Amino acid sequence: MSAEFTKLFELFIAASLINNFVFTRFLGLCIFFGVSKKMETAVGMSITFTAVMMISASLSWVIFTYLMVPLGITFLKIIVFIGVVAGFVQASDTIMRKVAPGLYYKLGIYLALISTNCIILAVPLINAGEHYTFIQSLVFGLGSGIGFAIALIIMASIREKLELADVPTPFRGLPMAFVVTGLIALAFTGFSGLITL
Amino acid sequence: MANIGTVSYWDLIKNGIIAENTIFKLALSLCPSIAVTNNLKNGVLMGVAVLFVQTMVNVTIALMRKVIHPKIRLPIFMLVISGWVTVTDMSMAAVFPDVYKQMGLYIQLIVAFASILARAEMFASKNKVTPSMVDGIGMGLGFLFALTVISFFRELLGKGSLWGVAIVHTKPLLMMILPAGGFFAVGILMAFFNWIDIRFFKKSAAVSHH
Repeated sequence: MSAEFTKLFELFIAASLINNFVFTRFLGLCIFFGVSKKMETAVGMSITFTAVMMISASLSWVIFTYLMVPLGITFLKIIVFIGVVAGFVQASDTIMRKVAPGLYYKLGIYLALISTNCIILAVPLINAGEHYTFIQSLVFGLGSGIGFAIALIIMASIREKLELADVPTPFRGLPMAFVVTGLIALAFTGFSGLITL
Repeated sequence: MANIGTVSYWDLIKNGIIAENTIFKLALSLCPSIAVTNNLKNGVLMGVAVLFVQTMVNVTIALMRKVIHPKIRLPIFMLVISGWVTVTDMSMAAVFPDVYKQMGLYIQLIVAFASILARAEMFASKNKVTPSMVDGIGMGLGFLFALTVISFFRELLGKGSLWGVAIVHTKPLLMMILPAGGFFAVGILMAFFNWIDIRFFKKSAAVSHH
């Protein structure tokens, strides 16, 4: 049991820090740059994202393992996973509107942005490719969500200050954000080798 | 850009490469671009893959545009895109297995490219097949161009080689082939294209500010 738990812990650290989805794998960048301008949007997006991530990771895993592998249609995984995510986002959008309108008012807009996000698709694909178990997929999803949250929050706190800085004209806006992200990515490189597999 | 009117094919292609260049101007579909550009071969192959998918998707959507019901057009677009990405994914795995091992995931992620979906929606669903095909080629070429430039600099500065052929026999800036270098490269190149815009075309910074 403890070996299993260690493996889960390693997966979590790997997904959130060592192979951080934003700084090491370059995924979720569009949303990353879009939402990280203010702290509140960053936090809202982090929560929504982690929740959606975990649920769609589990859903995809179930469909992949119990439906696609037995039927031998694993090559359709790209289409199926996108369908799962889109369907789930649509469903939660409708459900949230009816069941928790207050929550929807705060977090609802992020849902729409998530559906064509690279990370949301990448996690189920990686889970399928690495043949993780259900718990491992869930933990991997959680780790990636936390990693994304860390990235967003760091970036938001920097960008709020950056607005007031004196940036050369060609660099204003997105190019500067990229350079800043590069610096953070450089720092995150320090995590590589943290866990020797 | 709903109707082409009297815009020529050459203009369409130029548009995709310069004015509405996916990476440097629209700042869309960045994720895989930085990931695979740490050497020239991967960058070019990724660009070719995107060019292929973009063109085929545009053609398919343009062929089908009269029969797609407006309310379900987005899921249909996604279906078409995922189909072509699956084709590209499998072909790449068969023809370039060693490259595929490094960037297989990113090829599969082409399906999430906002740029392809946006192009299908804005152009291919409203125009005939040949203009849509040319538009797809133009946008794809723009992407290929961007990836080539980025990976050119990253490989040259990071490894001192190009396409695996050593040019300089030291490794000048190892950082460039690390993820951080990717971010720097894109940021600096974006700023460079902005500077060209400002200097020669007197426009204000052209990159979208979200």
